[in-house]
Amino acid sequence: MSTEYTVTETLDVKGAGCPIPVVKTKQAIDDLAAEEVLEVVATDSGSMSDIPGWAETTAGVELLDQEETSEDGEDVYKHYVRKTEQ
Amino acid sequence: MSTDTPDASASDGPSRSELQAQLDDLQEELNDLQSEVDDGGPKKMVIVATKGTLDMAYPPLILASTAAAFGWDVTVFHTFWALDVLHEEQSKDLKLSAVGNPSMPMPNAIAAMPFMDSMATKMMKRKLDEEGTATVEELIDMGLDQGVEFQACQMTIDLLDYDEDAFYDGVTVGVGAATALQDMADADIQLLV
Repeated sequence: MSTEYTVTETLDVKGAGCPIPVVKTKQAIDDLAAEEVLEVVATDSGSMSDIPGWAETTAGVELLDQEETSEDGEDVYKHYVRKTEQ
Repeated sequence: MSTDTPDASASDGPSRSELQAQLDDLQEELNDLQSEVDDGGPKKMVIVATKGTLDMAYPPLILASTAAAFGWDVTVFHTFWALDVLHEEQSKDLKLSAVGNPSMPMPNAIAAMPFMDSMATKMMKRKLDEEGTATVEELIDMGLDQGVEFQACQMTIDLLDYDEDAFYDGVTVGVGAATALQDMADADIQLLV
């Protein structure tokens, strides 16, 4: 996947379960300008499927990348979403 | 000579220009329908919520706030025991029933003992908290913030003697089955929970 982007904002939803990661992502995207990129940091493993599902169904957003990492022994899921239109 | 041979000079039947006019009309109608489909705005979802237990309060609320995040128009019509979910006090005190729940690791005879419902409720609340799942109150607030329309069925408000002022601010009252059906007829997705 393309990694040519700069993160504008980071949204931390660690510890939150479904549907909070998706709902907060939508709210954070609403506050961005077109072409800006949101980084979503979650611990909900379901977000790996939910964020792409949301991005595909929602107009004006594009999922750029997803990453699975580990922080302090905890699985962390990162999502990079670009706002494509205002 | 076969009778179905095309004959441009036939005097009965539409002329070429009449056919062209008909074709133009159809094309125009198709364009109208197409633009109606394209500009239909966001998808619309209607959920009819009927349950008022702690476990069954969640599915409609989670689907509603997620659908709102998709940019959809969402209405949740609450009837019968689901009115408790919209009730500011009751919604914080929803119970899980241990009886008749095959997922409970105990026989019904034990589940029916007086303290079992409150124990099962406590266990589920603790689990929800550990998993970072939002509370019912948080999901209602989140939904209202996102423009979800929460409706409380007037017939069941009257039947079960609810005080309309006891619902969360922003809940719509004074609606009935006809309103719900009308909303469902216009919706893309209709669910009964």
